[in-house]
Amino acid sequence: MTDDTSTPDVAAPSVAATDFSQDSQHATTLRGTFQDYLNRLRGGDMGSLPAILGLVVLLVVFSQASDKFLTVYNMSNLAIQAAPIIVLAMGIVFVLLLGEIDLSAGVTGGAAATIAFWLIIKHDQSWWVAVIGALLIGVLVGTTLGVLVSRLGIPSFVVTLAFFLGLQAVPLKIIGQGGSFRVDGVIRELAIKNVPVTVGWIGAAVIVLGFAGLSLYRYKSRSARGLVHQPLSVVAIQIVVLAAVVLGLAFLLNTDRSISPVIVIAGMPRVVPVVVLLLLVWTFVLGRTRFGRHLYAVGGNAEAARRAGINVNRIKVAAFIICSSMAAVAGLLSAAYTGKVSPGSGAGNDLLYAVGAAVIGGTSLFGGRGRAIDAVIGGLVIATIPNGLYLLNQPSYINLVVTGGVLLLAASVDAISRRRRSAAGV
Amino acid sequence: MSEPLLELRGVNKSFGVVHVLHDVDFAVHPGQVTALVGDNGAGKSTLVKIIAGIYGRDTGDYYFEGQQVEVHGPRDVAALGVEVVYQDLALCDNLDIVQNMFLGREETKGIGLDEVNMESRARETLTSLSVRTVKSVRQSVASLSGGQRQTVAIAKAVLWNSKIVLLDEPTAALGVAQTRQVLDLVRRLADRGLGVVLISHNMTDVFEVADRITALYLGRVAADVPAKEVNHSQVVELITAGRSGNLGIAENPATATV
Repeated sequence: MTDDTSTPDVAAPSVAATDFSQDSQHATTLRGTFQDYLNRLRGGDMGSLPAILGLVVLLVVFSQASDKFLTVYNMSNLAIQAAPIIVLAMGIVFVLLLGEIDLSAGVTGGAAATIAFWLIIKHDQSWWVAVIGALLIGVLVGTTLGVLVSRLGIPSFVVTLAFFLGLQAVPLKIIGQGGSFRVDGVIRELAIKNVPVTVGWIGAAVIVLGFAGLSLYRYKSRSARGLVHQPLSVVAIQIVVLAAVVLGLAFLLNTDRSISPVIVIAGMPRVVPVVVLLLLVWTFVLGRTRFGRHLYAVGGNAEAARRAGINVNRIKVAAFIICSSMAAVAGLLSAAYTGKVSPGSGAGNDLLYAVGAAVIGGTSLFGGRGRAIDAVIGGLVIATIPNGLYLLNQPSYINLVVTGGVLLLAASVDAISRRRRSAAGV
Repeated sequence: MSEPLLELRGVNKSFGVVHVLHDVDFAVHPGQVTALVGDNGAGKSTLVKIIAGIYGRDTGDYYFEGQQVEVHGPRDVAALGVEVVYQDLALCDNLDIVQNMFLGREETKGIGLDEVNMESRARETLTSLSVRTVKSVRQSVASLSGGQRQTVAIAKAVLWNSKIVLLDEPTAALGVAQTRQVLDLVRRLADRGLGVVLISHNMTDVFEVADRITALYLGRVAADVPAKEVNHSQVVELITAGRSGNLGIAENPATATV
C-alpha cells in the first residue's frame, strides 16, 4: 500500500504543501522523468516501445542482409507499401479502443474503391466525386455495423464477419469475375508521383515548428499554474527527437533516388502527406477532444461512461463509421499502389495485417488503450517484413510465417503487459 | 432542527406483485450524515434509486429545499444537486483522476479540451476535501487503492457543487486504514454543509459518522432517530426485528408507534 492513513494527528498545518507531492517532485528533473518512464515500462505500460525496437531490429537485419534495402529508392517504396496498411490500421484503432473488432474493414475498402472507379470509368466522374462516393460507402457500412452492434447487441465479431462475406459481392458484381478496373489519374498519382522537394521541406518544417510551439506553450501554461508538467529538458529532448525524425525522413525522401543520372526522382510520395495529415487529425481527436475522451471511457468501462451521461451507443456507431471511412481511404491508397481494382481487392490479408499493425504498435485488443501513431509504427513494421524478404528473394511462405510470428509476439506483449498492469496497477 | 434539504413523503413502490416500499418517509438534512440501515431486501437500494431518479414512485412526494419537485430521471436529480456514489464506483481504469472526475462534463476551450482548467479544479476540490493520499492527479485510476478510488468517486460527486451526496456502502470493500480515510471524508462533506446519506451494513461506521439513523425493515421505516439516542444493539434489533423497546414498528403496522 502506498497510501498513508490520514488520521487527524498527522495532519500538519502544511498540508497543502504535501498534497499531490509527486506532481511537484518526480516530474521536475530529467532523472525523475526517466525513472518514472522506467517504472511505467516495468509496470507493463509499454506503449509503442516494443514496436519501435522491432522496427530497428528489422532495419538492421535487412540492411545487413541486402545492400538494396536501405537505399532511398526502397525507403520511398516502403512508404508507399505501408500507407494502405497504416490508414486501415488507424481506422481499426477506433474499434479496438472500444474492445470491438471490424473484420470487414478490408473488404469495405475494396468495395469503396470499386465504387470509386466505377464512378470514374463507367460514369466519367472526376476523381473527387469518386473519393466522396468511396467515403459515403464507408459511412454507410460503418453506420450499419455500428447500429447492429450497439442497438441489437450482436457481437461485432459476428456482424463484421457477415459483412466480410457479404461485401465481397460488391466488386464481384460490378467488376465481374476475372476482370479489373485500371487505376489512373489523381488517385494513381498518389503512389507514383512525388511532392515537390521545396513543398516537402516546408511541410516538414511546419510540423517541427508546430510541435515545438505547442510543446513550449503547454509547458509554459502548465508550469505557470503549478500543474503536472515535464521538465524543460524533457520537452527540449522531445522536440529534438521529433525534429530529427521528421527532418531526417524529409531529407531521405527529398534525395534524388533515380538510378539514371539524367532523370531526377526526388520528393516524398504523395501518399506520405495524406498519412501524416490523417495522423495529425486523429491524434488531435483522440487526445484533445471530448469525443476522444469518451471513446477511451467507453473502452475502459462502458457502464461508468453511461452513468457519466455519455451516449455509449452513439460513441460505438461513430467509431465504426470512422473505421469504415478510413477503410475506404485505405482501399483507394491500395488501388493507387497496385494500379488496379479487382474482385479480390481487400479480401486477402489486408485486414489481418492492419489489425496486426495496430496491435504491434501498442493498441490493446482488450479496449481502452491505443493511439493513431500506433498504426503508423505498427504499419511500418508489417510493411517492412515483406519488403525486406522480397529483396532477399525469399519464397512468400517465409513472409507469411514471419508476419504471423511477429503478430503473435505483439499480441503476447499486449496480454503480458495487461497482466502486469493489473498487478502493478499502473 | 433545520429544514430538510430533501424529503420523501409516503413513498410506495411495487415491482409487480412485490410491494417493496410501504409509506416510506425519508429526510436528508444539510450538514448532517443520515445513515440508511436495513437488512438485505429491506428496500435500501430501491429507496436510493428512487431518490436518484432511476426508479419512479408509485405514490408519494419528492421535496427538495421545501419545494415539491417532479423528477423524471437521473438527469433531473443531478440538476437539483444530488449525486450518488455507487458501490461499484463507476470509474474508468484507463483514465487518470482528472479525466474521471470530469467524465461526461469535460470543459472545453474552442474545439479542444481545457486540460489546464480541469486539472486546476480537480486539485482544488481534492485539496478542499483534505485528500492527502493521492500522489498525483494525473495518475491512472487503476493504480489507486480501494480507499483512494472511493475518495476520487466522492470528490467527483462534490466537484459539481452538489448539495446532497448518497454513498452506497462506501466502506464495504476497504481495509481499516482506508475505511478511516473515507469516513473522515464523509464527515468533512457534512461539515461543509452538504446533506450526506450513508448506506451501510457496518454499525461501527454508522455510529462513528452518522447524525441520524433511518432503519428500514421489510420496506417500512422502523425508526428515524438521532444517532445519539440509540445504541448499537438497539439498531441491530431495529434492523433484524423492526422494533426495539418502544422504538420501531408494532406487530401490526397499522398501530405502529412511529
